Amino acid sequence: MTETTSLHHTLPALDFLQGLQPVAHHHPWPRFRLDQAAWRDMREALARGTLSLLGLWADREEIHAAVLDHQSALLILSVVVEAGGFPSLSTQVPQAMRLERTIHDLFGHHPQAIPDERPWLDHGRWGVAQPLAEGRRVPVAPVEYPFLPVEGESLHQIPVGPVHAGIIEPGHFRFTASGETVVRLEERLGYLHRGIEQRLEGCDLLQGARLCGRISGDSTVAYALAFARAAEAATQTVPSPRSQALRGIMAEMERLANHFGDIGAICNDAAFAMLQAHFSMLREQILQIAEHCFGHRLLMDRIIPGGVTCGLTPEGSRRLSNWLKTVPNTLSKLVEVYDETPSLRDRMRNTGVLSSELARRFAAGGFVGRASARTFDARRNLPYPPYDRLDFQVPLLDSGDVNARVWIRIEEIRQSIPMLRRLLTMVEEGPLTTPLLAGGGEVREGCAVVESFRGDILLWLRLDSQNRILRCHARDPSWFQWPLLEAVVYGNIVADFPLCNKSFNCSYAGHDL
Amino acid sequence: MRTLFFDAFLHSPVTLAPPEPDPAALAEVERALAVRPRHLSGQSLAIRQVDAGSCNGCELEIHALNNPYYNIERFGMHFVASPRHADLLLVTGSVTHNMRTALERTFAATPAPKWVVAVGDCACQGCLFRENYACAGPVDRVVPVDLTIPGCPPSPTQLLSGLLALQQALNSNV
Ligand code: SF4
Repeated sequence: MTETTSLHHTLPALDFLQGLQPVAHHHPWPRFRLDQAAWRDMREALARGTLSLLGLWADREEIHAAVLDHQSALLILSVVVEAGGFPSLSTQVPQAMRLERTIHDLFGHHPQAIPDERPWLDHGRWGVAQPLAEGRRVPVAPVEYPFLPVEGESLHQIPVGPVHAGIIEPGHFRFTASGETVVRLEERLGYLHRGIEQRLEGCDLLQGARLCGRISGDSTVAYALAFARAAEAATQTVPSPRSQALRGIMAEMERLANHFGDIGAICNDAAFAMLQAHFSMLREQILQIAEHCFGHRLLMDRIIPGGVTCGLTPEGSRRLSNWLKTVPNTLSKLVEVYDETPSLRDRMRNTGVLSSELARRFAAGGFVGRASARTFDARRNLPYPPYDRLDFQVPLLDSGDVNARVWIRIEEIRQSIPMLRRLLTMVEEGPLTTPLLAGGGEVREGCAVVESFRGDILLWLRLDSQNRILRCHARDPSWFQWPLLEAVVYGNIVADFPLCNKSFNCSYAGHDL
Repeated sequence: MRTLFFDAFLHSPVTLAPPEPDPAALAEVERALAVRPRHLSGQSLAIRQVDAGSCNGCELEIHALNNPYYNIERFGMHFVASPRHADLLLVTGSVTHNMRTALERTFAATPAPKWVVAVGDCACQGCLFRENYACAGPVDRVVPVDLTIPGCPPSPTQLLSGLLALQQALNSNV
């Protein structure tokens, strides 16, 4: 049994799937083509919470939704665009709204009855309308973006960005405040739109891996892994156990580096720079080890379809495992400071509370979801190698505040350390790469869900028979976290926004694509 | 917390010795200054970072300059929150059309004399992110660039050795 053919087992009992045959050459999860009535039934199921939405994207002919049912079975459901449009999901599933606005910006397919018709990524500066469809040339005309109206006495607005005060990515935040209290935050994103999905069209798999590894630099390992896994699914390739173990090592190193860096940065935003200095040293140490072991501090371009580009020398392995021995002790000292400092406690607790209801409705991934009682981790719920051979816990909390998000990350660090130790013992002999077979003249499609430090990345790929990319879509976890940031800031003081924002740490680049 | 402070007496600083100023960078800045002469009085450089289309990889390494290993402030360089307080813009990314105006405005808001350093392959050459409907290309298409620090992303050591070269060139020009 290969890993790619074993996943057809649990087809959820959904009435609207009755009598449908899956689309050929789509792996590892089945894809079904729905008619518009069935698409609306799917929308009902999403609104009821029977299903949750993991992604929504388009190509020139169809709209595709990735949906998850409670038994953790993933399905791709598609509907053909008719008369330039499709039934909008966002009428009942607000989580879909920005994705539908994006589909309209890029392809021109109209989400019928969508409650918010404003463009999202298209700021009117491209000189092209619907760049992923026929790409009609239009004059450059920056759009006047109407922010949502706010009514009430003595409210004032604070516009922030796109260039922020700090070494961070660009985006615009429009705060409406009553005194010091935020009564509304509205985000406007898209400043980092680089047209990556268009760049990917026509690329070969190696170029594709390089580009996908730069969708969001902090998650380069997770993106490269998602791309590789989607390509391997489409071509029915199973990489060697050796490369799977190495991929796991890289993925967990990336998770540690980001968790260290971000926990420190959150403390810094709560005026406690001393912890930032300590956590930034831990981060630096793991980056130096990454460079020593794999030749790149952020591990870019190390994972490719079919395997990995480099192995691990015994010396590298020793250095990593020696460092791993020192971390728990250092970490526990830092955590003690974190937990026992009254000023940190005061700032972190009950700040930026995300309700579990919202986390569930928006299928919030990563520590954002898991700090608000949504228990989903792709490594466990949609297991893939090497995690299917590892024992680990998925920490869960329900208070949903900044403190809970920090604690989930602390606990995840504590899970990753033994995981890394175990993975180091799993690096056996074997090839680094396995060749990917070209198709016999047919178009093949693959999908992958990979748990980045930030949450689940969904990547969908369509290849021609020569393994060239016809269409590639990547959905960053931030898509479902950004809207929730707007919700959690409500009722907090303006000064706590940086703290809330940092505790989410959504990706701008990954979202804007 | 007490053990942490106690540890400080037992261990020597982690700060790394500074890299040599990069000779290629030195030559590049001197060429830029020959065209548009601008001097720096003193060593201090206030830096404003602008992400104009990066994947955020470059930001991570720029951030690392502030950690105790690289400790950029020991060279009189520090990051500021507003372009109005800045001597130097550190720009990353192949400039997106959606960020172009913001970059132009940031440049305009920076008081003269001012210097621009393009950081990363994207900002220097465009590379993987060359011109398309969404990107205008490398930074020098939008604002004049005095120094390029290539790499994807450049390591903190490469960043430091470029910035030290810039600092040296600006001072030897007075
Ligand atoms: S140079 Fe590399 S790391 Fe820097 S922004 Fe470009 S792709 Fe990202």
